[in-house]
Amino acid sequence: MNAELFAAIAVVVGGAFTAIAGLGVLRFGDVFMRMHASTKAGTLGVGSIMIGTAIGASGEGAIARAVLIIAFILLTAPVAAHLVGRAAWRNGTPLADDGEVIDEWRDGRDGRAGSSRRDGHDGSA
Amino acid sequence: MLSTALLIAFVLVALGLLATVIRLLLGPSRADRVVALDLITVQLVALSALLALSSDDTAFMDVGLVLALIGFLATVAFARYLESGPEPTGSGVRVRQVERDRDTATGPLGQRDGGLS
Repeated sequence: MNAELFAAIAVVVGGAFTAIAGLGVLRFGDVFMRMHASTKAGTLGVGSIMIGTAIGASGEGAIARAVLIIAFILLTAPVAAHLVGRAAWRNGTPLADDGEVIDEWRDGRDGRAGSSRRDGHDGSA
Repeated sequence: MLSTALLIAFVLVALGLLATVIRLLLGPSRADRVVALDLITVQLVALSALLALSSDDTAFMDVGLVLALIGFLATVAFARYLESGPEPTGSGVRVRQVERDRDTATGPLGQRDGGLS
């Protein structure tokens, strides 16, 4: 009974986070904000649903499979997000135009880090 | 009680999938679509786990495991494709000006030249 209650709560919470991830991907302003929603909320949602399934399912091996899936998603989601984000930035994908854009990679190159370079090879003035 | 929770969770995941599919269709840039596809795979893993719970059949968990594996590979491949060139002209995406002559190995602070020193 208690385990069933916990499984029910975990499953609903996971579903809610998955829905929030979808909402974030739909509503956020640019690729990088969308990735923030999809990676973090999506991972938490799947993890929570997996915990609920591992507790609620009665078949053999459900817990092992749930742990495997959680571990794999926790390992691969950051790597995939990093790859896509780097590719999108290098590609010149536009940032959101809401006046609060901070592009640390470019700014760091032209600003702080650029001024600390010794070989004078940075392209900034 | 668990069946009610499962029903709610199914509806929530379906709503998330719907929103993600709308983003996949809208784009506008290729990176947006890649992110949407990645999230769709993750949501399908969640859906297969819910199916395993509702049908009491752990075979659906195997489906989720394989989906997670394939989805990661697909995202990596799409990221390579993204990096292969700028947006195609006529796609309506206003591309930022990025200096393309940068070394691939330099990070945000230009670590290759000892930017932190």
